[in-house]
Amino acid sequence: MDILVYIVNDPNIRWIILGCMLLGLSSGVIGSFMVLQQKSLIGDALAHAALPGICIAFMLLGVKSTAGFLIGALVAGVLATVGIRWITEHSRIKQDAAMGIVLSFFFGIGVLLLTRIQHSGNGGQSGLDKFLFGQAASMMREDLYLLAGISMLLIAACTLLFKQFKLVSFDRGFARGLGWPVVWLEQIILLLTVFVVVAGIQAVGVVLMSALLITPAVAARYWTDRLHIMILLAGIFGAVSGAAGTVSSSMVSQLPTGPVTVLVATLIFAVSALFAPRRGWLARLWQQRRNRLEWNREGGMPHEQ
Amino acid sequence: MSSDFWIMLTAALMSASCGILGCFLILRKMALIGDAISHAVLPGIAIAFLLSGGRDSMAMMIGATALGLIAVFIIQWLQISGIQSDASIGIIFTALFAVGVILVSLNARNIDLDLDCVLFGEIAYVQWDTWMLNGADMGPRSVWMLGFALLVILTLLGLFYKQFKITAFDPAMAAACGIPVMLFHYLLMGMVSMTSVASFESVGAILVVGMLVIPAATAYLLTDRLGRMLIYSVIVGVVSSIVGYYTAYMLNASIGGSIVTVAGILFIITFLLSPRHGVLFRKLKQKRIASSITSN
Repeated sequence: MDILVYIVNDPNIRWIILGCMLLGLSSGVIGSFMVLQQKSLIGDALAHAALPGICIAFMLLGVKSTAGFLIGALVAGVLATVGIRWITEHSRIKQDAAMGIVLSFFFGIGVLLLTRIQHSGNGGQSGLDKFLFGQAASMMREDLYLLAGISMLLIAACTLLFKQFKLVSFDRGFARGLGWPVVWLEQIILLLTVFVVVAGIQAVGVVLMSALLITPAVAARYWTDRLHIMILLAGIFGAVSGAAGTVSSSMVSQLPTGPVTVLVATLIFAVSALFAPRRGWLARLWQQRRNRLEWNREGGMPHEQ
Repeated sequence: MSSDFWIMLTAALMSASCGILGCFLILRKMALIGDAISHAVLPGIAIAFLLSGGRDSMAMMIGATALGLIAVFIIQWLQISGIQSDASIGIIFTALFAVGVILVSLNARNIDLDLDCVLFGEIAYVQWDTWMLNGADMGPRSVWMLGFALLVILTLLGLFYKQFKITAFDPAMAAACGIPVMLFHYLLMGMVSMTSVASFESVGAILVVGMLVIPAATAYLLTDRLGRMLIYSVIVGVVSSIVGYYTAYMLNASIGGSIVTVAGILFIITFLLSPRHGVLFRKLKQKRIASSITSN
């Protein structure tokens, strides 16, 4: 109960919890599509690719501004997706290596620019590197509005284009056969992912952002075969992780929010993988045992005549 | 010896090790497992730090290699139980990285392990961190660690080149030939883990990924033979290290960052201009074929 009293009494904590829940919700929803399209690690690539965009935005503006960072990261993220597509289409390099190349090349440029900024002695740069690990506690009211806006945009897009996103994720060839603009639909999903990644970097950091996209979605997949339920569950799992991460890190000093959020999501995943009905490890073990019993009851191996 | 020399030697040793291993990762379509391993070794380093109470290189190397192998093992296990390979990579490396960040942040006051340093690395300091043996200064510790890693890689590859080659190109055939495919898989992963941790302090976790993937991919666009690919990959890595070092010096910026940036630029040039696999020459060839068809 102490925790509840604490949360209710501290408006700052309430905002941060709300922000992290919105972030978990939107990354769970869009992450489901990424996981189904077998592009789970693109979130990782996009999160790293955002760094040079943010640095260039800072260099141009001279101050830290969330809107500026968002635009910089958005441009960098779009360039990264185009780069990955280009490399895979025009050479024999496979998607995973292309992602590795783009991710580390952009990140290398980002680190280069970041150290340039740090050595230039601009006073406004302090804390610019903090976004690598994320600092949920530094979330401002404007950041929350931004997160809320992005979540609403994302949920609206996913609702309106649900049928399209679904078919593109499950059967790309069939969607193309229907004459749908598959490439554009995929690009829209990527763009929405870039939005979430950019918004999330401030809260949980670059590396851990990809966990919020992947882990809740895979956990949700264990419980259902239906896409809309999977998306709903992934959103809930993400939101629960965000809330639990914020609460526990505000209770224990020096416990960073991002990693705790990720560990809560991993815990949900582990529970799903073990205990989910039908697909979970225990359920499958039970099924195997039942099959064996049935087999034995029916006489086992038929004797040769 | 001048500090320039030590820094470039460290970077070159790191690039050579990563370049060799990267070729096998690319051929086995496991480029991003390097990403996973280089993040997953963080808790291993943190635990080794806490247990040994200092920067004991051997303990760190063992801890990190162990964690890297555990990560690979769990990823493998999740894949067998039906999760896509990229999703299982994503789940495991982020979880282990989160554990590592928490361990480091909770003990930040007790131990001298800086997250920024682990992630970015600071190669400029290598010459001050020397290995003392019986009171004698043996030179930078990073050089020893990376040299040891490279020696292990070269020895193992020298002994089992054929096995590694067949496993990389055709695992099914390798299994049919009686090669213990899983053993070589874990040997390769063990070498990647070892190299990641040895490179950690010099270029940082994320840039290790770059040196694992980019030079090898560049070499992949230049040749169809594994032997040459390994050599080209090492050359690209070493050239990036040297050019990157001077670029960083001129720009007054991170050495690791600029090494990867130079490697990326070399990749782009190769991607456009490679004689057989480059975009430009393929376009020209298509044009030539098209014009020869129309002229006939």
